[in-house]
Amino acid sequence: MSLSELVRRRPPVVTPGEAAPPAPLPTRKIGWRVRLKRDRSLLLMVTPAILLLGVFAYVPMLGNVIAWQNYSPYTGFLHSQFVGWANFERVFSNPLFVDAVVNTLIITAFQLVFFFPIPIFLALLLNSVITPRTRTTIQSIVYLPHFFSWVLVVTVFQQIFGGAGLINQTLRDHGLGSGFDMMTNPDTFLVLITMQSVWKDAGWGIIIFLAALSTVPPEQYEAAAVDGAGRWRRMWHVSLPALRPVIILLLILRLGDALTVGFEQLILQRGAVGADVAEVIDTYVYYQGVVYGDWSFAAAAGLVKGVVSLALVLGANKLAHVFGESGVYKRA
Amino acid sequence: MSTQTTVRPTPAARRPRRSKHRPAWEGRPSIGGQALKTIVLTCVVLAVLFPLYTVILTSLSTQAETIRVGGLVTVPGELTINAYTQILNGGIVTRAALVSTFVTIVGTVVSTTVSVMGAYGLSRPGSFAHRPILFVFLITMFFGAGLIPTYLLVSSLGLINSYWALILPGAVSAFNVLILRNFFMGIDIGILDAARIDGAGDWRILGRIVLPMSRAVIAVVALFYGVGYWNAFFNAILYINDNAKWPLQLVLRSYVLQGVTLPGSGVGQVDVATGAVTGLPIKMAVMVLAIVPILIVYPFVQRHFTKGVIFGAIKG
Repeated sequence: MSLSELVRRRPPVVTPGEAAPPAPLPTRKIGWRVRLKRDRSLLLMVTPAILLLGVFAYVPMLGNVIAWQNYSPYTGFLHSQFVGWANFERVFSNPLFVDAVVNTLIITAFQLVFFFPIPIFLALLLNSVITPRTRTTIQSIVYLPHFFSWVLVVTVFQQIFGGAGLINQTLRDHGLGSGFDMMTNPDTFLVLITMQSVWKDAGWGIIIFLAALSTVPPEQYEAAAVDGAGRWRRMWHVSLPALRPVIILLLILRLGDALTVGFEQLILQRGAVGADVAEVIDTYVYYQGVVYGDWSFAAAAGLVKGVVSLALVLGANKLAHVFGESGVYKRA
Repeated sequence: MSTQTTVRPTPAARRPRRSKHRPAWEGRPSIGGQALKTIVLTCVVLAVLFPLYTVILTSLSTQAETIRVGGLVTVPGELTINAYTQILNGGIVTRAALVSTFVTIVGTVVSTTVSVMGAYGLSRPGSFAHRPILFVFLITMFFGAGLIPTYLLVSSLGLINSYWALILPGAVSAFNVLILRNFFMGIDIGILDAARIDGAGDWRILGRIVLPMSRAVIAVVALFYGVGYWNAFFNAILYINDNAKWPLQLVLRSYVLQGVTLPGSGVGQVDVATGAVTGLPIKMAVMVLAIVPILIVYPFVQRHFTKGVIFGAIKG
């Protein structure tokens, strides 16, 4: 069977309600020794990945123990003194940490309003382009910036919106003043980083909505048209309901990530625009720990973020179940 | 390659409903609507392409040209490849590009190999310890250990200033493993069982049957890993103190974004008299150098993105 057939046979797996998984291997009737012997190759294949995750994901999880210590690199975490919840008390009573949390939430909220709807809009627009060639060409172009690094994206913006950038250069040529510099202006920073995010990732964001739209049987549009629905009503009553599960899924993922906002993007610009607007939880943790060496305090701040994020994901998922959507994972 | 034709079904075959002709029931769109749609889509495409165009053009312009227009060049004038010969003359940019290439190639091979094996090992529900192992992967998607403990671990392993520090900590992405696993689980079980009855073990099945059938999804995952390695800069800030070992993105940040002077090549130097950035073509050439590998690989992989191969994994 060729790959193309295989791909065609597989339905796009966007919608909840998965296709039936392959029949499970028989488990109950066979003893674990026999299964261990039977599956030893499978286990051997998983081993390298498990080892890497074990060392670089799980060991650091345990390393968070330094959040309850007065850690110093010279004594190591085995011999550092335990100080109870003192580091957490310092974190919560620190006005700079509170500022970082507030900045993070502001950025998340702003981007939820001004970034999130754009891919949906673009996907609906692109889906209405009939010529397949035009559609795939536009798709390939708008996906591209997703694969650029943040360093590159920020540099491109600096070259266009910065003090020595293209816009300022054009304004100056036309005698319209020369003070335009978005890269160092704290007042427009939210707009700037949202523009950067839109340029980099809005195009890529449409991919999942297009996949969802491609699962709508054309008969539904036809039936709606026969019943007298125009273009807009077909979009409202056929296309948008098809996107609903995906939109809810992405909202949940975003909610779970509410405390994570473009770390690389912000750390690149924190110097130019100042910590007042560009300090978020992740950059704060980095500066307090790696730069200033207050390891235990930074680890405590990072751990607070990790735990709250976990709670947010689980809570959002619960919320999705309440709304009758299947969410990120199914009920176990 | 002979497989090209089979890998790429025509759009019409893939989506029968998408014929070039508008079905009768759809009705003709209004002229205004069509025009608006065209304008919006053109603007979107230009917003992506114009910055790339002006960056590439500036990198190919003479220094005199950039000074004459006072910055980025938008209309082709005097052209030269001088900037590229300067940065590729064996200096710090060349070295950084080689470091990035090395880390990207080794990292992508390690990550893709480990992930494909892991995904296949996880693709048979009911196998020994299947659920616990799956959870080991899933938990890492929901709870990250945090920057500080990870940094302390890497430094206590003695990996500071080692290229392995840029590869190993993020070598396995549970998300990518699940993408692969989901695809492997969709392969017709009958084929695998037939091979098993013929005496093939799991290694043989993976190598001879599953891999050839999964080229597209493996290419996509390898691209994700490769782009990740090529684009990473923050791990180098954390773990690489020796600037002779810097990857290209870090050089781009220091010498182009922050304008630190790069000894001996004119990058980032500002002409005090005119205030013009004299090294602009060179700066732009460094940027182009950072995009070129992506522009080379992207066309081979992007067609897979429209096939819906990558989203099954979002659900655990």
